[in-house]
Amino acid sequence: MPESAPNLRVRTMMRPIMILATSLLLGGCNMVVLNPAGDVAAQQRDLLVIATVLMLLIIIPVIALVALFAWRYRASNTDANYQPNWDHSTQLELLIWAAPLLIIICLGAVTWVGTHLLDPYRPIERTASGRPIAPGVKPLEVEVVALDWKWLFIYPEYGFATVNELAAPVDRPIAFKITASSVMNAFYVPALAGMIYAMPSMETRLHAVINKPGKYTGMSANYSGAGFSGMNFHFYGMSDTDFAGWVARNKAAGGTLDRAAYLQLERPSEHVPVQRFAAVEPGLFRAAVNLCVKPGTVCTDAMMRQDAARDSQPAPNEHGPMPMPGAHSMSMPGQSPAPAAKPDTAGLTGAGLPSPAATPAGVALAASASQPRL
Amino acid sequence: MSPQFVPISPIFGRFTIASLPLQEPIVVGTFCMVALGGLALVAALTWFKLWGYLWKEWFTSVDHKKIGVMYMVLGLVMLLRGFSDAIMMRAQQAIAFNGSEGYLNAHHYDQVFTAHGVIMIFFVAMPFVTGLMNFVVPLQIGARDVSFPFLNNFSFWMTVGGAVIVMMSLFVGEFARTGWLAYPPLSGVAYSPGVGVDYYIWALQVAGVGTLLSGVNLIATIVKLRAPGMTLMRMPIFTWTALCTNILIVAAFPVLTAVLVLLSLDRYVGTDFFTNTLGGNPMMYVNLIWIWGHPEVYILILPLFGVFSEVTSAFSGKRLFGYSSMVYATVVITILSYVVWLHHFFTMGSGASVNSFFGITTMVISIPTGAKLFNWLFTMYRGRIRFELPMLWTIAFMVTFTIGGMTGVMLAVPPADFVLHNSLFLIAHFHNVIIGGVVFGVFAAINFWFPKAFGFRLDPFWGKISFVCWVSGFWVAFTPLYVMGLMGVTRRLRTFDDPSLQIWFIIAALGAVLIALGIVAMLVQIAVSILNREKLRDTTGDIWHGRTLEWSTSSPPPEYNFAFTPIVHDTDAWWDMQERGAVRPTSGFKAIHMPRSTWAGVVLAGLSVAFGVAMIWYVWWLAIASFVGLIGVAIIHTFNYKRDYHISAEDVTRVENERTRQLAAEV
Repeated sequence: MPESAPNLRVRTMMRPIMILATSLLLGGCNMVVLNPAGDVAAQQRDLLVIATVLMLLIIIPVIALVALFAWRYRASNTDANYQPNWDHSTQLELLIWAAPLLIIICLGAVTWVGTHLLDPYRPIERTASGRPIAPGVKPLEVEVVALDWKWLFIYPEYGFATVNELAAPVDRPIAFKITASSVMNAFYVPALAGMIYAMPSMETRLHAVINKPGKYTGMSANYSGAGFSGMNFHFYGMSDTDFAGWVARNKAAGGTLDRAAYLQLERPSEHVPVQRFAAVEPGLFRAAVNLCVKPGTVCTDAMMRQDAARDSQPAPNEHGPMPMPGAHSMSMPGQSPAPAAKPDTAGLTGAGLPSPAATPAGVALAASASQPRL
Repeated sequence: MSPQFVPISPIFGRFTIASLPLQEPIVVGTFCMVALGGLALVAALTWFKLWGYLWKEWFTSVDHKKIGVMYMVLGLVMLLRGFSDAIMMRAQQAIAFNGSEGYLNAHHYDQVFTAHGVIMIFFVAMPFVTGLMNFVVPLQIGARDVSFPFLNNFSFWMTVGGAVIVMMSLFVGEFARTGWLAYPPLSGVAYSPGVGVDYYIWALQVAGVGTLLSGVNLIATIVKLRAPGMTLMRMPIFTWTALCTNILIVAAFPVLTAVLVLLSLDRYVGTDFFTNTLGGNPMMYVNLIWIWGHPEVYILILPLFGVFSEVTSAFSGKRLFGYSSMVYATVVITILSYVVWLHHFFTMGSGASVNSFFGITTMVISIPTGAKLFNWLFTMYRGRIRFELPMLWTIAFMVTFTIGGMTGVMLAVPPADFVLHNSLFLIAHFHNVIIGGVVFGVFAAINFWFPKAFGFRLDPFWGKISFVCWVSGFWVAFTPLYVMGLMGVTRRLRTFDDPSLQIWFIIAALGAVLIALGIVAMLVQIAVSILNREKLRDTTGDIWHGRTLEWSTSSPPPEYNFAFTPIVHDTDAWWDMQERGAVRPTSGFKAIHMPRSTWAGVVLAGLSVAFGVAMIWYVWWLAIASFVGLIGVAIIHTFNYKRDYHISAEDVTRVENERTRQLAAEV
């Protein structure tokens, strides 16, 4: 979607103010939120500054008037005009309702556009201002699992995984798929992009890009229990060659993250050092999302599929064989009615997890059911 | 997921001697201090033979004024506890650098920040707000008491019951380690199998009954007991805000009760409402709790908006500017507060349209709030402002709250919220509005209405010291948090890796020390005022030249508030009566019908505490016994027909003649 004209104009108007405000606030400490290294976080910063400036238009006069009136109409100043019964002025009333209203209309428009453009689920369209992504560029996919209390990053494109270390090449779009193994966390790299919750049996998404090489801090931003304070990691923005070296280093690390290793890793531990796994068992992330890594557990997507199949059958005892009007609309998208009613029990358990290619319908269902989008 | 197996004794439930935190020196030390203090208090009360007085005149009283005062005392006592938690957190965060673990382990620290939030909201802010409404509303509308006086006493003791359960968790077992809203799955039995979350649930359930019933009571009071002539658009603004607040309470608290019942079912009988598997959905809990939680913050702030209106108008010697727009603003805020809850979790991954909707509704609330600020501003305009303590707090509020409002709108922009959510910026923001709005407002109100309640005003010298310490302390404590939020530092952390942050936490801790001085100064202010009460005495009943009906009666008001129910012709009824030269009647008094004190509230609340504690510890026999007792006592109380009595005409005449003499002496 092209940037809407009014929004662009506001941006152009705000730019000098923004730069000034930013440089003022940056004196001394490293305010990463105001000076991020990723384009998404930078646009989020811009919105923050626009909102602040718009609010200051009304905040500063109000505070100044409080001080002025408090001083001017102090009891000891008997020269000041005193009108004990003056309690209404239509013009003033109009002004005091209209001024905030106008500011909120501006801010609301900026919010509507900004929220849609910066929706974390929306693939990014540029790596920086004026640098659109060429068609055909494939984003770097990273699957993120928040464990108690460390982060697992799986790189399906390369087939390796790391714990508490994340890296991405500069200016290549990154597509994160995020989940958690037990309780809620939030995946947050302030320099890269805003946070998003990591939730068990849910999959959230985040699209971002890093523009400068460097070492950045990442963390869980949502309290998740005793080891929460140590649930930090480093995120590296790397040049393409450095990233290739980093990939090679991980591939050379040896070790496989299979189900057994995952279950071992999943156990609560604190301040976990960086770990590398040269290989990852296929389908592990999907099993993690559906809480069925442990052999013998039923995957939540399979359970939902089964329940949906059962519910979409007219209950014979209640309504007889007559199909209810609109009953077909209750079946889930991508579901073929006949086989779903007869679920493959082997496919329901973690041990016999079918490969995604084997059951495309199931995958589509899992994706739609496990994302918290309404 | 079914509850884990724990060995349960038929007598003690899951309580064992190991449940006492004997290995935690800090807790043991605190317990010794509290025990010594408590023993000293009990001894003093016994020595001065005050138990009978307290029981007869206060604990069993159904007088709304006394219940209001007791709510304020409860809020003040719990403020000390909640603030101790705050200063412990500030100290921990100021030293836990460079590999230091600080002095609190995770088990302890996580309880401290949870307890701080729960106590400050439910057992400090709520009692303060409810206490103010209880004391002021009937006086402002010219009523003799609330609609349901016994219910009022019962509500108060249920709130105390909740506070008792929270305090008990400090020394017996543990409190929740989940954050103040206890999000599942962390608060589910799988990840929090101990008693902590159960303490949380039962404390809130017991106190919630009190809050809900007091909401019903005050709505009925405001709707039914207004003095003749007081149409809705002639109600004082504080009463308006109280009405809106109680509507919010009645509409919102059942949601909290229901969501906690669902969480209890998950924890006690193994249902799966909020578990990860078997169709459970923790996101539903987050939605439900915020459908209560957001109106809750307006429940807290609205009455204080009323206080600021009363104070600004009284101390500017001027009618409130834009009364009707103030009323509409209050009503609009009341309604809008129900359609913004999702802004507490933009980061959960709702679609862009959902997030924008809730972001924009949130911003829209700033329009009526802004209008209110302007109305106070133009009330000051062309006034004669007297800078007494209530007005000082109001000015501090206007500046502080405006900035808090601005940071709130910043957080309402979803993409901006993605970088600030759960950060220290968020912490700074809500303390900015809750301290800058609710707490400053409560202090303005205490200084404003204290002379009405006790007949003497609070010492201004110590009050000003407290004021300076609190306001400067607030800014010193929370500006670093704003800065660190912009540095990407998040909340609820116990230890830190980045040594450059330490200086900010040290500054914040110094701010907390300043606030501590403010609290001490306030306690000194109260003590000094009691000692100097003769010098600070007010015999007029209208020390500030107030405008509404509560200032027309004596200070403290007689038990029956008004010998004759006043007739209202104007918003500022008392001001209007003086303008028109209304003469106070000095004869023709009649007997007054009044409600009688009752023991039932204390006993019912006591049994509720026993039931809650029994449920927490799985002491099933006690749970059954106390529940049966609860029902039984409630039924027995219905057979108590000695509910009322009459204050004889002679007694009224005597009291009123005394007041006539006092007023004559004034002139």
